[in-house]
This record gives sequence, C-alpha cells and structure tokens, in this order.
Amino acid sequence: MKKHQNLLLILAVILLALLPLGVVQTDKDVETFTGADGEAMVAINQIAPDYEPWFNPFWEPPSGEIESLLFALQAALGGGFIGYYLGVSITRVRMRRAWQQGQPCT
Amino acid sequence: MHIMEGFLPAGHAIGWSLVSAPIVAYGVYSLGKKVKKHPEYRMLLGVAAAFTFILSALKIPSVTGSSSHPTGTGFGALLFGPTAMAPIGLVVLLFQALLLAHGGITTLGANVFSMAIVGPFVAYGVFRLARMVRSPFGMAIFLATCSANLMTYLTTSAQLALAFPDPAGGFVASFVKFAAIFALTQLPLAIIEGLLSVLIFNALARFNPQELRQMNLLQAREAQP
Repeated sequence: MKKHQNLLLILAVILLALLPLGVVQTDKDVETFTGADGEAMVAINQIAPDYEPWFNPFWEPPSGEIESLLFALQAALGGGFIGYYLGVSITRVRMRRAWQQGQPCT
Repeated sequence: MHIMEGFLPAGHAIGWSLVSAPIVAYGVYSLGKKVKKHPEYRMLLGVAAAFTFILSALKIPSVTGSSSHPTGTGFGALLFGPTAMAPIGLVVLLFQALLLAHGGITTLGANVFSMAIVGPFVAYGVFRLARMVRSPFGMAIFLATCSANLMTYLTTSAQLALAFPDPAGGFVASFVKFAAIFALTQLPLAIIEGLLSVLIFNALARFNPQELRQMNLLQAREAQP
C-alpha cells in the first residue's frame, strides 16, 4: 500500500478532475464549466441589481488565449521550481548514501 | 474565491485591507526571522510559494457544472506557520490581479484574508488537532489542507454576503446563495488539494526528513527514510 500510495494519489486526483466532465449534463445553449468567480458576480447582480463596480482592472488580457498563456506561465514557474528542488534533494540523498558507503561522489 | 475588481463596496474593501495588512506585515517579519535563523529553509520557502503558484493556476471542473481552483496555501502554512503564507498569498493574488484581471486591487485585502489568512490558520489548527489525537501523518495533512481550502471559499461567501445581504432574507439567505456557488463547487477540489498536499509531503518526508523533523511536523520515529 505504502509503496503504491503516490501512484494511487495521482490516479485519484485525475479521476476527481475528470469525473465532472462525464457526470454533468452539458447543454448546447448554456455554457458549462465557467468559473465560479464569474457566477458569484452574476449572483451579486441578482441580489443587488443597482450595484455598479466602482473600480476597473488596469489591464485585462486582450483574449482568452493570452489569459491562458499567463495561467500556463504561472503554473510552469511553480512546477519548474518544485521539480528543481526535488531533483536537488534526490541527488543529495544519493550522494550522501554513496559517500557513506565510501564510494566517490560522481 | 477571487472577488472581482470593484465588486466590494469601498467601505468593505478598505475594512478587509485593514484587517489583512497587519497579518501580512507580521508574516513578513516572522518569515524574515525564520530564514535568518535557518538559511537552509529558503529553498523550502520557494517550494511553498511554487505550490501555491501551480495550484491557484489550475482551473478544475467540478460536479456543479462550474469550475474553480485550489489554493495551495495550506501546505506552506504547515511548513512555516500560519502567518507565513499571508505575504506569499499576497504575491500570488497581486500577480493574478495585475496580469490576469483575476481578483483586483480593491478586493485584494478581502482575497488575501480568505486565501492567505483564514486558509493557513485552519490548516495549521486542524493539523495540530489531528496530530493531538494521534492521526497518522498523511491523514493529518489531508484533513488540514482539505478543510483549509473549503474554509477559504466559505470565507469568500461570508464576505460577499456581508457586502450584499439579500433584501428579503438578509445575510443568511445571501450566504447560502454564495456558498452554494463556491463551497459545493469546491468540495471535489478540496479533496484534490488534500491529495496533492499529501503527495508533496510524501516527497519531502522521503528526501528531506531532517527539515520536517526540525519543523516539528514529523516525529523522530516516523522520519525513517
């Protein structure tokens, strides 16, 4: 169990992310899987129809493509760093083990 | 959980900023002290920030037919304490507010409060409680990060309900409405965040057990590689 725990964890994450795609009925006329943040904005408009946002973003990504570029960049920065750190840590453990066994650290 | 730019009345926007600011300041101070004492923690701090960067960029579909994202702040709170994530969350939220028009400058204080203050404190508290009742390490991590995620979104719901009480049902009716949008969508995502946090802690426990022991996260007997 312990040996396969990480694999099971990854599988569970993928399943949980894919499950909604199969379960939720999609309707051609209604956009599904929109952001919950946007839906909250709609709810605000229902509760307080007179409310006007009093401040606008300085800059908005000019298109959905540019927006996904920036999100991908954000995730890549994070993923890159974690990968680097794990690589360093694994190498450190390996070299320490080799050193303890009296082998040269290559 | 991002409250969009301009969508909190000015009084609320200022109020939440005033609540968050001292905690962010204390977070900077406590992180500075920690890194000075243990310069080797610097890399791990980068990992905590990186984890929040990835997780808050992932929009994942949910069973309610909308999509949302995990926050990743519970992980760092377990490593560095609850206030440490306030400045890190601020950086992530600022990036998204300025470059992605996601969240905003006026709602920054409120968003920092839910994601980078309430979430981390819940994670820290739940983890300590779970360890007190001798829950296994992985289970404690899962419960802590999962509930941190959920509480972040419940906090956002409460913030919106406070700003926009229902004309008929008041705060409660409004809270139920926002929680239906946020918290239900968030349930599977909270589980995903919990699982991913266990995954990264498994890696740390294997390759960096001495740091985790130093941080009082692992007991000596559990840290055998």
